[in-house]
Amino acid sequence: MIPQNHFLILGAVLFAMGLYGALTRRTAIGILMSIELILNAANINLITFNKFIGGPDGLGQVFALFVMAIAAASAVIGLVLVIAVYRNMKTIFTEKMNILKW
Amino acid sequence: MVRYAHLIPLFPFAAFAVNILFGRRLRKASALVSIGASFISLAIAAVTFIGNARCGEGSYMVGRWLSFGGISLDFGVTVDPLSCMMLMVVTVVGTLIQIYSIGYMRDDQRFSRFFAYMSLFMGSMLGLLLSDNFVMLYIFWEGVGLCSYLLISFWFERPAAAKAGMKAFITTRIGDTGLLIGILLLFSATKTLYFRDLGNLGINDSLLTVIALLIFCGAVGKSAQFPLHVWLPDAMEGPTPVSALIHAATMVAAGVYLVARTYGLFLAHHSSLIWVAYIGAITAFMAATIATVNNDIKRILAYSTISQLGFMMLALGVGGYDGGTFHLMTHAFFKALLFLCAGSVIHAVHTQDIFKMGGLLGKMKATGWTFIIGALAIAGVPPLSGFWSKDEILSEILREGHPVLFGIAAVTSLLTAFYMFRLIFVVLFGKPRSELHAHESPAVMTVPLGILAAFSIFAGFFRPVEFEPIMMGVSIAISAAGIGTAYVFYILGNKILPAPLRARFSFLYKLISNKYYVDEIYEALIIKPSMRLAGIAAAFDSKVVDGAVNLTAYLSAVSGKLQYWFDLYIVDGIVNMAANITWLCSAVFRRLQTGFVQNYILIAFFGLAIMILIKLTGGQ
Repeated sequence: MIPQNHFLILGAVLFAMGLYGALTRRTAIGILMSIELILNAANINLITFNKFIGGPDGLGQVFALFVMAIAAASAVIGLVLVIAVYRNMKTIFTEKMNILKW
Repeated sequence: MVRYAHLIPLFPFAAFAVNILFGRRLRKASALVSIGASFISLAIAAVTFIGNARCGEGSYMVGRWLSFGGISLDFGVTVDPLSCMMLMVVTVVGTLIQIYSIGYMRDDQRFSRFFAYMSLFMGSMLGLLLSDNFVMLYIFWEGVGLCSYLLISFWFERPAAAKAGMKAFITTRIGDTGLLIGILLLFSATKTLYFRDLGNLGINDSLLTVIALLIFCGAVGKSAQFPLHVWLPDAMEGPTPVSALIHAATMVAAGVYLVARTYGLFLAHHSSLIWVAYIGAITAFMAATIATVNNDIKRILAYSTISQLGFMMLALGVGGYDGGTFHLMTHAFFKALLFLCAGSVIHAVHTQDIFKMGGLLGKMKATGWTFIIGALAIAGVPPLSGFWSKDEILSEILREGHPVLFGIAAVTSLLTAFYMFRLIFVVLFGKPRSELHAHESPAVMTVPLGILAAFSIFAGFFRPVEFEPIMMGVSIAISAAGIGTAYVFYILGNKILPAPLRARFSFLYKLISNKYYVDEIYEALIIKPSMRLAGIAAAFDSKVVDGAVNLTAYLSAVSGKLQYWFDLYIVDGIVNMAANITWLCSAVFRRLQTGFVQNYILIAFFGLAIMILIKLTGGQ
C-alpha cells in the first residue's frame, strides 16, 4: 500500500506547480489553468486525509467532487470573463488590464 | 306624445364640437356640417310642432339630474304651443341665416370658427326654449350670452368690435345677476324651480313681486330694454348674419321668451306686470325716435329691434300674452329678413351710411324687393305678418284699458313706419349719393331672403285673428301716415334731411340723435366712477399690496442669501472636509492596489504562509 506521504508530496508538488504558474504566467488563461492545479492539489489532500486519518468513508471523495464541480463552474466564469475582456481590450495579458487602476 | 324634442339642441351642439375640433381640416365643409345639423333640428322641430298641434301638451322628463335634501331636479323638456312656435322660428330663421352666411362670410379667415359659434348659438337657444326649469334655462341663457359675446366680437382685430362684445356681455350680465338672484330667491322661498309650478306658488305677494321683477331684470338685459338697451346698437360691429340671428331668433328673443315662460309669476301680482308694460313702452318709444335720426343702416335696424321688443314687453305687460308672443314670431321673420337685406346691401356697397347709398333698387332687384317686403311687414301694412301681430297688440292694450300706453304704442307704430320707409326711400330710391359699384349678391344669399320674405308675408296667417274693423282701420291709418310722412320728407322734399324741421327742433334733434345721452350718462355715472374706483384699487394694489409682496420677496431674498452663505461655507465645508480626508487617506492606501493579479496572489500566499507559520509555531 502506498504510504500517506507519497500522496501528500504529490499534492504539495502540484500545489507548488500551480502557485508558480499563477505567479509567473502573463496570460489570464494560464493563471486560470494554474488555479485548477492548486484546486486539484487540494482535492488530493482531502481524499488522502479522509483515507488515512479518519472520518466517514467517502467524505473526502464527495468533498473532492464538489470542489471539482465548483471549479468547473468558476473556470467557466473565468473563461467568460477572459473572453469578454479580450473583446473589449484585445488582450489577455493581465498587466494590460489596468483601466480600473487609479 | 312627442318624445324626441330633447334631441333638437343636440345636433347644433354636435356640429359645434365637430367644427371647433376639426374646423381647420373641414374648411368650407364646416358650413355644411352646421347647416346639416340645423336641418335635422328643423325636421325634428317640425315633427314636434305637428305632434304638439295634434296631441296637445307634451312636456316630459328626460332624466334625473340632481337630488339633494329631498329636492330633485330633472332634465325636462317643455313642449307647449309657445316653445313649439319658437322652436320652429329659431330653426327656420337660424338655418336660413346660416345658408346666407356661406355667401356673406365666404372670404373670412375664420370661416369654420364662425359656423361653430353659430351652431353653438342655435343649440343654446334651442336648449333654452326647451328647458322646463330655471336652472337649465339659466345654463342655456348664459350659453346664449357667451355666444353673443363671441360672435359680436368675431372680428376682434377691430377694437370697436372687441369693445362692443365686451359691452354686450357686461351689460347683459347686469340683468343676468338679477335673474340669478331671482331664481335663488324663488328657490329659497318655494323649493321649486319648475315653470309648471309657477301658477300657484303660495307665497306672499310682495315677495312674488320682487322675484318677478328680478327675473324681469334678466329679460331687460337680454332683450335690450331700457335702461340696459345700450349694448344692442353696438352689437352691430359683429358680422351681419350674427346681427340677424341675435336680433331675430336668438339672443333678444330669449328675454321676451323668459317673460312669456314665467308669465304665471307675473300674472300673480299686477304691480310687476305694470312695470313690464311701462319699461316696454318707454323702450319702444325711445328706440323708435332714435331710429328716425340715425344714419347707419344696421343701427337703424338695431334700434328698430329694441323698439319692437319694447312692443312685445308692452303687450305682455298689459296682459296680451297672445299678442306679445305672436309678435315675437312675426318679428323674428321680418327682422331677420331686414338684417339679411341690409347685409346684402353692405356686402355690395361696402358702406353702412344710408346717405351714401341710393337708387339701389335698380341694381339689386332681389335684395331690394325683399327689403321692401320686410319694411312693409314691420310697418304694419296689411296683409303682411307685422300688421296682424301689431294690430292685435294695439287692440289688446286698448281692451285692457291703458289709454296712455295705447298712445305711446300708436306713436311708436307711426314712428316705426316712418323710419323704416325713410330707410327704404333713402337706400333704394332716388339717385346714388356717392360712387357705388353695387351688384346683386349670390344666390346663396338671395334665396334665404326670398324664403324669409315669404314667411314675412304669410306668418300672420299662422293663427286666427279676430277682425275688429275700427282697430284695423286705425292701425292702417297709422302705418299709412308714417309711410306718407317718410315719402313727403325723403322723396318729394328731395332733401337729405328735412332741414327746416331740424332747425326748429334743434334741441330735440340733438337729444335724440345723441340717443338721449344714455351712453353718456352711464359713462358719467357708472363707468367713470367705476374706472376711478378701479384706479384707486389699482393704486392700492400696486403700492400697498405689491409693496407688501415686494417686502416679503426682499426679505426672502436676504434670508435666501444668508442660507446660501451658510450652505456654501458651513455645510459644504463639512462635506468637503470629509471628502478631503477620504481623499488624503486614499492617496496613501491606493498604492496597495497595484492592478497586477499576480501581486495579489503572492500577497495572499505569503499571508497564508505566515498564518500557517504562526499556527505551527504555536503562536510564540
